[in-house]
Amino acid sequence: MLLYTTRRILLLIPTLIGITLVSFLILQLVPGDPARTIAGLEADEETVQSIRTQLGLDKPIFVQYGRFIRNTLTGNFGRSIRTQNEVVAEVWPRFINTLELALASTIIAVFLGIPLGTLAATHHNSPLDYCTMAAVLLGISTPTFWSGLIMILIFSVCLGWFPPGGAHGFLSLVLPSLTLAAPSAAIIARMTRSSMLEVLKQDFIKTARAKGQTESRVIFEHALQNALIPTVTIVGLQFGYLMGGAILVETIFTLPGLGRLLVDSILTRDYPVVQAGVIFFAGSFVLTNLGVDLLYNFLDPRISYEKR
Amino acid sequence: MKSARKARRQSGQLALVWRRMRRNRLAIIGMAIILAILLISFSAPYIAPYDPLKQNFRKLLQPVSAEHWFGCDQVGRDIFSRVLYGSAITLRIGVLAIIIGLTCGTCLGMLGGYYGGLVDVGVVYLTDILLAFPGLLLALAVIAVLGSGITSVTLACSFSSIPQFIRVTRGMVLSEKEKDYVTAARSIGENNNAIMFRYILPNCIPALIVLLTLRVAIIILIASGLSFLGFGAQPPSPEWGAMLSEGRMYLQTAPHVAIFPGVAISILVLAFNLLGDGLRDALDPRMKI
Repeated sequence: MLLYTTRRILLLIPTLIGITLVSFLILQLVPGDPARTIAGLEADEETVQSIRTQLGLDKPIFVQYGRFIRNTLTGNFGRSIRTQNEVVAEVWPRFINTLELALASTIIAVFLGIPLGTLAATHHNSPLDYCTMAAVLLGISTPTFWSGLIMILIFSVCLGWFPPGGAHGFLSLVLPSLTLAAPSAAIIARMTRSSMLEVLKQDFIKTARAKGQTESRVIFEHALQNALIPTVTIVGLQFGYLMGGAILVETIFTLPGLGRLLVDSILTRDYPVVQAGVIFFAGSFVLTNLGVDLLYNFLDPRISYEKR
Repeated sequence: MKSARKARRQSGQLALVWRRMRRNRLAIIGMAIILAILLISFSAPYIAPYDPLKQNFRKLLQPVSAEHWFGCDQVGRDIFSRVLYGSAITLRIGVLAIIIGLTCGTCLGMLGGYYGGLVDVGVVYLTDILLAFPGLLLALAVIAVLGSGITSVTLACSFSSIPQFIRVTRGMVLSEKEKDYVTAARSIGENNNAIMFRYILPNCIPALIVLLTLRVAIIILIASGLSFLGFGAQPPSPEWGAMLSEGRMYLQTAPHVAIFPGVAISILVLAFNLLGDGLRDALDPRMKI
């Protein structure tokens, strides 16, 4: 277990280096002269030159990348071109907001998805099962930027229960996290259903029933615990996708999150902020996956990674 | 006659899949919807009742009526006609992006799986890095480099599909290359390229078709999302995501402006999901794609 954990953490290093490389390349690959692109067409040579020096674009590329890695490790992403503030000071509070949104959505998705999937599996081929599967299909096919608008239309324009946008405490987080949670809840429900169906076919379930255990004990104590193992992986992946999905949801509900900041920074060509945003997003995604992998190993001791 | 029989034998597995899929009503519905939308996208100029770009200031935000089935938007354009025309844009992005993603991903996965060694290490590393970015984020990173526009969106979407194609192809190749027919092909002196693309690739096609169908659904969601954020098709283009984005401003007074493009996106994505699920069930229900 310890060996596996260490190895898994060590394996993370090349991926993290890859992420910094992608983020670094964003600025390098911009067609033409990046400093000129950032400054805009009307800018004079002096402004362009000052941006070039500020971003270190006048140095050889390897020196630039070395400096980029060092700065990333020390959390120094330079200054935002648009606001001239420290990039970290801009990104960090936004990151926390997005994290909150993603966490709230994950919780909703889990508490919606797992019971729905279990119900569908225990009532296999019944109307309840069909309804759940229809809801699942709708959930994964409806774009969040559309379902979000429908939510605003129903719950804030017509009913007036929740604010249509902005960050004003708990109430303003309800609609965005519900919107963001819907596709993930659907995926979790589908996964739970199929792995539950698989488990319910196993012999130990027959044994449990044969020795006269109540149906609820069979389902909750014997079946569900085993069926949830693959679901854990999905939940971990979903958390990462929810961070990504937040980009759209924050735009609809005008939430000051990292996704919205990233979009605004791309639109205004504020590359230092874009680079930091990309690293924060991808880094948190990779770290969640690591956590899930470790948890998975802990939950299912049958899987021995050392053997592979 | 002879060639027909040969063709039938070659597509044996596909024919089997088709026979099984035919019994899946939902998959057939999905396929019918896709074909219908494809037909609409080609015939939009002939069947659309109005010009999708023609503004009419006497009909601003007019609600749904017999004259304008989906109502009119903020500058009085007929939304029904715009939705019809928009299907061509969305389908074109989806098809182009999936072709690029499929080609790059399959070739890389094939090379990595077949040659192994350092090539494989490189391919796996590339896949790991690309998978470290949730789909939309990878697409946004590409947009950050290339700038806005439909071409950028297409490339961004294809990029986000490459790692999935690499993974599936590589996995298939790893198991296929151990089989006897590959040894046989090598013993009659076929070269590596022929073995990869004439012997192994045909056996990967069914799995790739399932992945392709499900990925198109995701690509359409990403592409319309990017347009919604303002990176894709620019106004006055009748792209569905862009229309939705414009309609947001009038949500309180004229919700129909945003509702119909969203319904169109959902239906197309749903159709691809239905077809993909049906194909997977017909092929191998336990397939992990």
